[in-house]
Amino acid sequence: MAQPARPKEYWAYNIRLTMMTLFIWFVVTYVAIFFSPELNNIVIFGFPMGYYMGAQGSLIVFVWLIFNYAFKMNKADVDYGVEEEEE
Amino acid sequence: MSVGGKSFLDNLAKIYAMYTGGFIIFVILLAIGEQMGMSNAAIGYTYMGITIGLYAVIGISSRTAKISEYYVAGRSVPALFNGMATGSDWMSAASFIGMAGTIFGLGYDGLAYIMGWTGGYVLLAVFLGPYLRKFGQFTIPDFLGARYGGHAARSIGILAAITASFTYLIAQVTGVGIIMSRFLGLDFKIGVFVGLAGILVCSMLGGMKAVTWTQVAQYIILILAYLVPPVVMSYKVTGVPIPEIMYGQILQKIDAKEKLINADPVETEVRALWQKSADGLAADIKGLPGSLDAKKADLQAKLAALPADATAADKEKITKAIAALPKDAAAAKEAWTTAQKSQAGVGKAKPIKPYLQPFARLDMKNMLALTFCLMVGTAGLPHILMRYYTVPSVKDARSSVGWSLFFIFLLYFTAPAYAAFARWEVLSTLIGTKIAELPAWVANWGKVGLVSFKDLNGDGLLQFAELTLGADAIVLATPEIAGLPYVIAGLVAAGGLAAALSTADGLLLTISNALSHDLYYKVIDPQASILKRLTISRSLLVVTAAIAAWVATYKITIIVELVAWAFSIAAASFFPALVMGVWDKRSNKAGAIAGMLVGFCVTLYYMIGSRFFGVDWWGIKTISSGLFGIPAGFLTIFAVSRLTAPPSQDLQDFVESVRYPRGAAGAAAHLE
Repeated sequence: MAQPARPKEYWAYNIRLTMMTLFIWFVVTYVAIFFSPELNNIVIFGFPMGYYMGAQGSLIVFVWLIFNYAFKMNKADVDYGVEEEEE
Repeated sequence: MSVGGKSFLDNLAKIYAMYTGGFIIFVILLAIGEQMGMSNAAIGYTYMGITIGLYAVIGISSRTAKISEYYVAGRSVPALFNGMATGSDWMSAASFIGMAGTIFGLGYDGLAYIMGWTGGYVLLAVFLGPYLRKFGQFTIPDFLGARYGGHAARSIGILAAITASFTYLIAQVTGVGIIMSRFLGLDFKIGVFVGLAGILVCSMLGGMKAVTWTQVAQYIILILAYLVPPVVMSYKVTGVPIPEIMYGQILQKIDAKEKLINADPVETEVRALWQKSADGLAADIKGLPGSLDAKKADLQAKLAALPADATAADKEKITKAIAALPKDAAAAKEAWTTAQKSQAGVGKAKPIKPYLQPFARLDMKNMLALTFCLMVGTAGLPHILMRYYTVPSVKDARSSVGWSLFFIFLLYFTAPAYAAFARWEVLSTLIGTKIAELPAWVANWGKVGLVSFKDLNGDGLLQFAELTLGADAIVLATPEIAGLPYVIAGLVAAGGLAAALSTADGLLLTISNALSHDLYYKVIDPQASILKRLTISRSLLVVTAAIAAWVATYKITIIVELVAWAFSIAAASFFPALVMGVWDKRSNKAGAIAGMLVGFCVTLYYMIGSRFFGVDWWGIKTISSGLFGIPAGFLTIFAVSRLTAPPSQDLQDFVESVRYPRGAAGAAAHLE
């Protein structure tokens, strides 16, 4: 059964999720660059962590972030009753 | 079966799996052919012929006369396949050919490109992708036109779209020319025009529909081509064929080897020689114009002093040296300064800076700025944004951004490994080789001007400081550097070609759509028939492509900068107006127009000012010019919108309609 439409709450939820996503995005890139000399002192499997974050670590997080956002928003569409009509 | 028809869409996975299998069998057959004595040239021609032929078949069988298929592939592309198409649309000659080479040269600081060109998709996913799909028209200027009303915002959008896309397009065409001339032995100019034919055959008849299905095919080839060499090298060096994990050990080995090189007395001797040569040049620059005249007089005296029985070759050598001198003092100053800087720099006169050390070549401020500009630029490039019009729904648009980044990730995740293995091959096998016994690839790439060496101390051995490797040579030359069979070198070239062609297709379509749909149909003649619109669009494709090829034949040397400029322009002019259009109802026409112009102009001012006229704001480099334009754009839109009347109720309803997946984005239709 379709949920009643609650557009205001939907938009508020969207803003919260967007902020969370951007916060993590900011930490894994800019904060990681800022602290890369310190992170480089930790070496795992030959990889200094500062280097690894720039080369691969941040990328893994980006992919996860987008899929997580898509999954949650696609679900929110239905929960808040604003999903697209089937054609 | 028609490409893009119902049975085609239902069987996409099967069709492309068969295509991938067929391509792998083709590569194996070529490998067998090589063992049986097939020549390198024959392998090169077979690769190019077969792959371009494949793209042409897909392009031609996707021909269409329907407007929605021509502009947005009928909005029927599944999320995953749109992700693949976006992947190859996005990954250009710069990603494929240049990025690993940049990391190879810059070490940690080169990672700004890796993070910048992937992290931008997070911005795209949350700020724009789903909303543009909900809006659901044909182009990015369409959105600006509908959201802000009237022709002014749309027209600035057209201008920015064309400026950004065209500079980017020239870089792709140049990439095609490099690959064609190196692997087919064609003249650079002919290579450019052959590649051009390959681009046009894909896009002309079927527009977005044809480009989409060709891009999926191109993605498969480019990712296979990119992954094979590092996998083979990883297996060869470490015994485990997973380069993305195994290169950790290689990083440590590189670090150790670089320390040895820095301590090596012979290398120190060569560095001193570079310093001496650089000092000599510096003195010459100071002594201009007299020093140039002295050099000329000296050579002429030598020519006159040649004994009567001197060979023609001796004479020619000196005449050539005279001809090679700079024409006047200004030219000499520029040429010598470049050479002086390079000779006095790191890797020549100065010891190598550690590969893993952050901020050795780019300070932290500039690294942060560059990463930021590349990210915002990624989220503002019109040829990428318009791909999200082609999926069936808002939900698909969201997950499609995820798939796009996933497919891009497969390559970017491997690029640092590619760079590390390549650097290790060079450091461990090439350095210390006898000059007389250097492998053939050194000479081959020398001809294209991307590899050079000079036995400065005359010991007959190659020292690190004596070798110059162009960033663009690393990916394409690595199979040969590592001594892999030529069939792999050819495969990598075919992949590079796929990357350049697919991006060129997307860009070309963006430009011709901006002109035919936005400028001609929306502004000049809204009554134009479908046939007329399509004819105009197709003619513009040909004209734009021809102009791009013509410009590329001049081999502009600041090509890398041009690409970075395209990013900053897109970032500063499009991104603020698009984001505010969705996220701020109060933004109005005056604000958007002012914001786009201010963003565009501030960026352009800093670009040109810092590149040519010594403008310097907080030491930010030219490539990060968008750092100033982006906030300027946002602030201007915000401020000007607050100072002028709010947008009409219709426009505010339009913003609402874009925010929620339910309901028609119908406001768009009656607003125009």
